Amino acid sequence: MTATVPTRALQSGRPGARRPSRMGPRTEATLRIVAPITVGAVVLGVWQFLVSVVGVSDYLLPSPASILEELAASWDSIVSATLITGTNALVGLVAGTLLGIALAALAARWNAVDRMSAPVIAALAVVPIVALAPVLNSMFGADSQFGRQAIAAIASFVPVFVNTLRGFRQTKPVHRELMRAYAATPGQVLRTLTLPTARPFILTGIRIASSLAVISALVAEYFGGPRGGLGSLISTSAASSAYARAWAYVVASIALGLLFYLATLALERLVVRRANPGGPR
Amino acid sequence: MSAPEIPAGPAASAASPTAPASAVEVRAVDKVFETRGGLVHALEGIDLTVAAGEFVSLIGPSGCGKSTLMRLIADLDEPSAGAITVFGKTPTQARLDQEYGIAFQQAGLLPWRTVAANVALPLELHGVASAARAAKVGELLDMVGLADFADRYPDQLSGGMQQRVAIARSLAEQPRLLLMDEPFGALDEMTREKMQSDLVRISAETGAAVVFVTHSIPEAVFLSDRVVVMSPRPGRIREIVPMRLGGAVGGAVGSEAGARADAATRAERTDDLREDRSFFDMVTAVREALHGGTPVATGARGVENR
Repeated sequence: MTATVPTRALQSGRPGARRPSRMGPRTEATLRIVAPITVGAVVLGVWQFLVSVVGVSDYLLPSPASILEELAASWDSIVSATLITGTNALVGLVAGTLLGIALAALAARWNAVDRMSAPVIAALAVVPIVALAPVLNSMFGADSQFGRQAIAAIASFVPVFVNTLRGFRQTKPVHRELMRAYAATPGQVLRTLTLPTARPFILTGIRIASSLAVISALVAEYFGGPRGGLGSLISTSAASSAYARAWAYVVASIALGLLFYLATLALERLVVRRANPGGPR
Repeated sequence: MSAPEIPAGPAASAASPTAPASAVEVRAVDKVFETRGGLVHALEGIDLTVAAGEFVSLIGPSGCGKSTLMRLIADLDEPSAGAITVFGKTPTQARLDQEYGIAFQQAGLLPWRTVAANVALPLELHGVASAARAAKVGELLDMVGLADFADRYPDQLSGGMQQRVAIARSLAEQPRLLLMDEPFGALDEMTREKMQSDLVRISAETGAAVVFVTHSIPEAVFLSDRVVVMSPRPGRIREIVPMRLGGAVGGAVGSEAGARADAATRAERTDDLREDRSFFDMVTAVREALHGGTPVATGARGVENR
């Protein structure tokens, strides 16, 4: 999912790169929307068929219809659970992003910081959420959401940091020399050159981090702490054999992840409209 | 350093009697680069004076250090030995005081800024109020003939137009000295001649001294009061050829009065000059200087020699 959207944007943005097609542009656009919907409908149809006609056990696989029923029945609790998990993910995403950008700025400015932080970043990048969640939960107490937010922050921090640092290194020599010739202060260089150059990279980092933040906030709930979030409700429902309800919460989780992804994608489109023009400079 | 304190005023002080007559003074400058392959002597024993208002071109084959010399004047690099003053100050002080405008071979425009915002960049960095900034930008874009393109982005302009934006930007703060490193190097011949004519006009209008790096003989001849011919490995000044074009004879070379007279005659340089006998004589003179003083065949008139 992460990869398909930018690829498609790239193709539609560059007419020369598009493969030759016998279809008209309008047919192609319609097909692009209709095709995935059709695939989805067929999958749901087969699913429903398997459960209601073939007779796959409802314990094994609840039918789409029953999941939909559960979704409507426990709508209020689903909304509140989504809000709790969404808030945790958002807090973590924002904190991780700010931390990632700030540390990347330091690392770009001083090589020593870069070298000191490299192993720490590498370690953070491979930390399994599963391993951290119980530890943080017991650190911050069983009634605090802070542990989950911290986990989401750690998960978002890594891609933001890595991408931002790369972005900060994209400034061209001619631009840097121009800034030197203008006797620009470090703050001015950051504001007028380094940040705008890094902007598309930072936003890509945030977009990747957004999905990770939701997943981490959700998974962290499996490991204790206060109830009420999507993750804890999925595990509770599954444990009490309410499989259709568990699936309903899963559907809500998917919607939440998509919401985060699309919001950051929109932000990226909005801010980077002008950041990467082609042609000679 | 040991030079007397010069009031660090703007362009107005150029006319005052206390101001130094020279825009740039280069004394016994060496520049050695340490590379993996050993020491590279980029410049050796360079002495050069550029008078206020004078147009001086640096020409020579690749590796003769002409760009390096310009970069030393701009304080983008430091000399290994010798001293450089820019309007009587150290290059660093001159840079901090924004005594010069600069243009590179690449236009170096910021792609996320409009043409107007690119030209406004130096004014913005130095705290010029936005109303004054807008007025100045409008004036500069008129001068380079891009007033209609103020709201475009650099990627929507041709290479020549981008370079004109870069030149407008270098003129934004009315510098008394313009440093240009092959600014027309990437342009086609037609655009190039147009830009040269524009630059002759603009430099005469603004009265700025210009240090112009190029590897095109006709370009150097057409633009300059004096052409500094350099030779490579180590980079040395081989000869300084004063330009006498269109029958006009400049004043005493290197003096301020002379440079003013030159600027006045330079303003009259038009495309007709490219067909003029004196133009070819000067091209020949520079070619001979480049080829080490030995006369070269001058059968083909106006042959591009770069």
